[in-house]
Amino acid sequence: MLTIADKVFNSRLFTGTGKFSSAEIMEQALLASGSELVTVALKRVDLKDQEDDILSRLNYPQFNLLPNTSGVRNAKEAVFAAQMAREALETNWIKLEIHPDPKYLMPDPIETLKATEELAKLGFIVLPYIHADPVLCKHLESAGTAAVMPLGSPIGSNKGLKTIDFLEIIISQSNVPVIVDAGIGAPSDAAKAMEIGADAVLVNTAIAVSRDPVKMAEAFKIAVTAGRMAFEAKLGSINSYAVSSSPLTSFLDD
Amino acid sequence: MTDNFTTLFNTYSWERTKQSIYEKTSQDVERALGNSKRTLEDFKALISPAAAPYLEQMAQLSRMATLKRFGKVMQLYVPLYLSNECNNICTYCGFSLDNKVRRKTLSPLEIMQEVAVLKEMGYDHVLLVTGEANHTVHTEYFKGILELLRPHFALISMEVQPLDTEDYEVLIPLGLNTVLVYQETYHREDYKKHHPKGKKSNFEYRLETPDRLGKAGVHKMGLGVLIGLEDWRTDSFFTALHLGYLEKKYWQTKYSLSFPRLRPFSGGLEPKVEMSDRELVQLICAYRLLNEEVELSISTRESVVFRDHVIGLGITSMSAGSKTNPGGYAVEPESLEQFEISDERTPGEIKDMLKEKGYETVWKDWDRLLQ
Repeated sequence: MLTIADKVFNSRLFTGTGKFSSAEIMEQALLASGSELVTVALKRVDLKDQEDDILSRLNYPQFNLLPNTSGVRNAKEAVFAAQMAREALETNWIKLEIHPDPKYLMPDPIETLKATEELAKLGFIVLPYIHADPVLCKHLESAGTAAVMPLGSPIGSNKGLKTIDFLEIIISQSNVPVIVDAGIGAPSDAAKAMEIGADAVLVNTAIAVSRDPVKMAEAFKIAVTAGRMAFEAKLGSINSYAVSSSPLTSFLDD
Repeated sequence: MTDNFTTLFNTYSWERTKQSIYEKTSQDVERALGNSKRTLEDFKALISPAAAPYLEQMAQLSRMATLKRFGKVMQLYVPLYLSNECNNICTYCGFSLDNKVRRKTLSPLEIMQEVAVLKEMGYDHVLLVTGEANHTVHTEYFKGILELLRPHFALISMEVQPLDTEDYEVLIPLGLNTVLVYQETYHREDYKKHHPKGKKSNFEYRLETPDRLGKAGVHKMGLGVLIGLEDWRTDSFFTALHLGYLEKKYWQTKYSLSFPRLRPFSGGLEPKVEMSDRELVQLICAYRLLNEEVELSISTRESVVFRDHVIGLGITSMSAGSKTNPGGYAVEPESLEQFEISDERTPGEIKDMLKEKGYETVWKDWDRLLQ
């Protein structure tokens, strides 16, 4: 079981709601994923509309909504958007996404740290999307973040865990949950992230864009569970050579 | 760093560029297809005649890249023509000063009548279009329009005359999100021929408009040329050069590309250069293979069959149900259009067609509270 702030999650697979071919398929895929935390882009939903196409599909007790601030370019805009989201969606959880660069959607570390500080003071549960930057993660902890969400590779790229060396450092020294976000392209990537000790992963593109999103969602569910079990069971160490003989130290036994 | 695009542009020769595109070989094309990150030289190969036999392969790659980045969704937008007053002579345009049509600029009341129709269609993104009449349709006018329309739309775009940086700086905080400004052609001499009179005849002022928009911090800008005025391959190369320059310099701005083909209007210009459907598909795919992040937009100028088939190949946004005359939706449906549209289906019909093809229609992809 994973605890973030005041919530306990049975599922360690978090999901997104973008890029699906229809709202029906999105709903089915999210149900199949077993996910309990679902991100929603503020720019895509109509906060005033009870019948909003996306929001009306997420009306299940197991789905906790995680509104994201995608589209804002700095801390000031992010804080404003978060406050509007809190009012409209009645949740103080916010996925902080500040990527002033609309081409590669690279998160801005300076503005993200600023906004996290401010939002935490305002009582938000902040989950910031960031580079796999171990030092930034420590600063965010001090700023009152509820978790950190480092990227595995560029968002939407399906390239997997290109940042694995930095993710391992972040995981080893983090005092808050680590959720690998962005770039997870296959269930094996998700399993790998869980094996190295990530607390959860967030997957969107790989599910939404697959030929069969419902089946792929289930595949991710299984992979995340398997990866977590492997982490808990402790993997054996990897050796690149046989260990039956000890040519360098056997003289000690003579 | 150069101060504006003109400096970079002036280092290129149209003729030499054109020649280098037409000299590309099948080996150049194959190398371009094999690369994961593509350069402007690769782009030249992909738009060259040598790439024609590779069209299916280009389409497959373009489709995959577009799905990965944008997903199975299509954004819809609609133009709202506010005015056909214009002081420019443009040889290809129905609103040209020398074209004897009744001139009209919609009043706020009339605009709201039009808006009611667009909202009924389901629209939340709108593209405001005018001619260039600086004595009546100016920054003060646009300020009033943005204040009027902001409560009704999540995203407001403009395709109006080029303005100064200070004008854009005033309009952006009022809700102006996107500005489309097409160069029409990058062929300097032919540009003069097609724009003999009016402020638009100043080639460099237009060429530097994206720089002014970038400096003003616009969220998104759209580039393109009017296909049919000059050699489309060369014009498209310069569009790509412009895009690459802007992306590096104004890195906080999003970009979109359009590729309007010259359409008939009463008494209008015949295209100097015809571009076939096959060639337009080649261009769409080439743009996508050069740039996986840029938005590619297609309007109702194109036919039903063509639009239905290019959706899956790289296009990310399209218009539907468009009228190209001020008042065309409610106030004066019979007034003269800027150009004839080809795909006359309603937004509802387009939505159904998209659904059948496995695409979700996106009506809203921005929010006032983000700006």
